[in-house]
Amino acid sequence: MQITSLLNVFLGLLLAPLLLGFINKTKASFAGRTGPPLLQAYYDIIKQLQKGAVYSRTTSWIFRAGPVVGLSAVMVALTIVPLGGIAAPLAFSGDLLLLAYILGTMRFFTVIAALDTGSSFEGMGASREVLYSALAEPAFLVGLAAIARETGILSLSQMLPAVRFFSPEVVLVAVALLVVFLCENARIPFDDPETHLELTMIHEVMVLDHSGPDFALILYGSALKLWVLGSVIVGLVFPSDANSSWLVNVFIAVCGLVLLSIVVGIVESSMARLRLLRIPQLLVAAGSLSAFAFILVLR
Amino acid sequence: MDSTIEIMMILLVLSDMALLGLSRLRTCISIVSFQGMLLGLLALVTQFGSLTLRLMMIAAASFIIKGFVFPFLLRRGIREAGAQHEVEPFVGYSLSVIAGLVMLGVSLWLGARLPLFVAAGSGTSLIVPAALTTLFTGLFLIIARKNALNQCLGYIIMENGIYTFGIYSVVEIPVLVELGILLDVFVAVFVMGIAIYHINREFDHLDSDRLNVLKG
Repeated sequence: MQITSLLNVFLGLLLAPLLLGFINKTKASFAGRTGPPLLQAYYDIIKQLQKGAVYSRTTSWIFRAGPVVGLSAVMVALTIVPLGGIAAPLAFSGDLLLLAYILGTMRFFTVIAALDTGSSFEGMGASREVLYSALAEPAFLVGLAAIARETGILSLSQMLPAVRFFSPEVVLVAVALLVVFLCENARIPFDDPETHLELTMIHEVMVLDHSGPDFALILYGSALKLWVLGSVIVGLVFPSDANSSWLVNVFIAVCGLVLLSIVVGIVESSMARLRLLRIPQLLVAAGSLSAFAFILVLR
Repeated sequence: MDSTIEIMMILLVLSDMALLGLSRLRTCISIVSFQGMLLGLLALVTQFGSLTLRLMMIAAASFIIKGFVFPFLLRRGIREAGAQHEVEPFVGYSLSVIAGLVMLGVSLWLGARLPLFVAAGSGTSLIVPAALTTLFTGLFLIIARKNALNQCLGYIIMENGIYTFGIYSVVEIPVLVELGILLDVFVAVFVMGIAIYHINREFDHLDSDRLNVLKG
């Protein structure tokens, strides 16, 4: 294991909340506002950590376990996703399946923690989250399967540097993964992170009852999830150059992540949230892009 | 040149998927118009080495008629028929897209087994599967949508598939045949436009399914 791969993990832990800052800055500049400072997500997390937590008497240990398990799951995911062509510390053959299901574990615990409160709002959010992730998962897995088939490698750390971007299959998979990225991170057009109407939210409504340090863990966990899934897309779109040094490759990858958050900001400023009935259609479309790419590489 | 054709074929299949999955009639018309322009260019790209005046005429005719005249006629059809913007499916949109993927799979399987193309050494090319997928998509839209305008669209899409197939398999199509086909489709769209207008005036809707009631 290289020391640089550990450095990549620390980079992710350090810089992940910054991506949220870039998204909000882009949205603010589109709306003609100054917007919150770039480091706002860090301030929020620090502020929440200093507060005390309130627990309802109807909740059990599951409610308290939710944020902790969620954050630990996404931290494990961080150690299997490569950045800038450097193999991740825990890379092994078949780790793309582990990535999908470790994110699934995170979601599962968020959902049962939400159900544990017994609130009907949170139950609705949980139901939607599960429905959409059930549709997003095939798109994600089939897309990665297409890349795996094309490169003949099952480990993310070796697969992503081996990809050539300008083949049609990879472009299709990248678009499908972008849709999955927006869905998994609860961004527009799937979910509006700004709104505080329980009826329209998906992710936000599930974490309504978490407070203080627990909420800080959730905020940090979702920032890390943005970083992890973003690294997969950036790995596809900006493949690293084996000839240049570690520093240059990682710098390019981080720039790619910033670019991705600006793209997310542009999407959020130019689109409205889709009707709930439409969302499955968009996810099926993303899945069919992945399946099309898979059929193309199979032939 | 091969990779250009490949990308055009992928765009063709993607536009088929979009037609299966989208619900707005106007968007569907724009996509069909895009398909027509794509196929006009395809005629030029496949025969890039030996461009003749004849070929350029066919390409230009197909580009203009399918890219501009048909959309114009169809949009006028929508306007005259009143505000019916949804395509009213029998088969839901998501299911249609999945059916499209199945059709693509069948087309790939079929394309690899047609003796003519396997012998020509092009068993792995995307052209034949894409043409067959477009053909199937057109048929599927005719069957699975209620709106008479959408069935007209399905007819044009089907013709697009046949045209792609023809360009690839028969290099030297007699110009008369090609122009004859274009004229046929043109007249068909025209007649359908009139029929749609009359259906709409008589029944106040374009739901071809309800024409069944007329049976004695």
